Amino acid sequence: MAFELELISPIEVAKDFALAVQEYTLLSAQSVANFFRRPLYMGDMLQQADLIGVGSLPIVVLTGLSVGALLALNSASTLQQFGGISLIGRLVSIGMVTELGPLITGLMVAGRNASGMASELGSMIVTEQIDAMRALGTDPTKKLVTPRIGATAFMLFFLTIIADLLGLIGGYAVAHLIFGVDTQQYWTTTWQILVFRDVFTGLIKPVLFGFIIATVGCYYGMSTQGGTQGVGRSTTQAVVASSVLILVMDFFVTKLIFAVFGYR
Amino acid sequence: MSAPTLPVEDSAVAVVNPSGYAIEFDNVCIAFDEKVVLNGISFRLPHGETKAVFGVAGSGKSTLLKLAIGLLRPDSGRIFVLGEEITHMSEQELFELRRRVGIVFQESALFDSLKVYENVGFRLAEEKVPADEIERRVREVLRFVELERTYDMYPSELSGGMRRRVAIARAIITDPEVLLYDSPTGGLDPVTSNTIVELIVKQRDVYKTSSLMVTHRLQDAFTMATHYFDKAANKMVALPRGQRCEVPLSFLILRDGKVIFDGDAHQLATSRDEYIREYIS
Repeated sequence: MAFELELISPIEVAKDFALAVQEYTLLSAQSVANFFRRPLYMGDMLQQADLIGVGSLPIVVLTGLSVGALLALNSASTLQQFGGISLIGRLVSIGMVTELGPLITGLMVAGRNASGMASELGSMIVTEQIDAMRALGTDPTKKLVTPRIGATAFMLFFLTIIADLLGLIGGYAVAHLIFGVDTQQYWTTTWQILVFRDVFTGLIKPVLFGFIIATVGCYYGMSTQGGTQGVGRSTTQAVVASSVLILVMDFFVTKLIFAVFGYR
Repeated sequence: MSAPTLPVEDSAVAVVNPSGYAIEFDNVCIAFDEKVVLNGISFRLPHGETKAVFGVAGSGKSTLLKLAIGLLRPDSGRIFVLGEEITHMSEQELFELRRRVGIVFQESALFDSLKVYENVGFRLAEEKVPADEIERRVREVLRFVELERTYDMYPSELSGGMRRRVAIARAIITDPEVLLYDSPTGGLDPVTSNTIVELIVKQRDVYKTSSLMVTHRLQDAFTMATHYFDKAANKMVALPRGQRCEVPLSFLILRDGKVIFDGDAHQLATSRDEYIREYIS
């Protein structure tokens, strides 16, 4: 069987990319503007908050615990060489609250919910349900996209707090049970090391990551083409794009916060 | 090939009072990826009339309906719906206008995560109509399509014909001034098709709703041309032989993106156009 390789012009690729960025930006801007226009669809937002927040809780609990424990386990050997095992709480605390808690939670929720949003909206596109909604006089971005953005940003904030806490508990379990670190010493150091900048960094990131997850998931869903195969393609692209964007955004937000608040 | 029964150019020139028609297309063109789908389409749908739109697969029939409700925008030409030009309307303005227009999609397009009553009452719920009023009207319209028993069911639990009837119920619940049907009997068995046709005839004769009906089943349109809805008997009955085709029904045939016929059943039956004669034979 012969395969034909179709060569695509780099200019066409660049044009398609620019168009996708433009459409994504328009969808995001319109969806954010919808927060200030009636109706607000609070019922849909609560339903999405339940699906995204409560539905993601088990995976966030498991990853939070594991990452905290692994962070403690991996750093303990290095700290032991310098006799600094008592500092393990500080390391876990800074690592979880400022970086790993928001990042891991964001990536987990992206994997679970960006794909869900893309496949749900994509299926609605290919079965003409979105057209039907428009024909019935309802704005799909207002009814479907805006509630998902609000719910994801809101719930990721709280899911990250839970992941941070469980990461600290996982770190404590390793530090105390394996390396014999005193309970009070661990919790005192984890608490004392944190300053406003750390907490601010750790809580602003999930809101931004939530925005990315929902807008990317909805964008790929709403731009689905080509039937069920197209739905599958949108789902994969949504997970990949939202994960990459989260990592890129994480770098720039961290850099910005360092620039504003200064290094430690 | 002989000339069409009603030349398209004549219709376009005759546009004087756009508000006099439920729907009016004036030299409308649309292309997708350089493939011209509709090329200079012009026609008018008077108030209270049903127009059956025919054409082979891919002739742009569904595109025509989507243009009529503003889901697609033409590349050129003008479209009037209920006297308002929709060609350059914003999406927000279109949402307002669409409240006066109902559409039945080819595959029903019911919201699969919502129950039948939520689907049918969707527009009323969006308009914040009180819940008890929504329930009353949903039951009433489901009774109209004889599907009241499906009130609490999901679309996935319904057959294709039932889904199509629920879609009709959803389209007519707000008493729209214009109804658009996209292949309402496509893929259905003859008995179910007849039930759907009866509903469309009922909507035409009882509520006098203006309609555009895309179909490729000529027999459905001929049933509509030769029958009327007897309100007293609550069923569709055949017109007496002498009065056949004297119902507000016209035909529009598309070919290669152009209108090749726009006229009533008499004109269609007597057309000398070879393509049309072959089509209706």
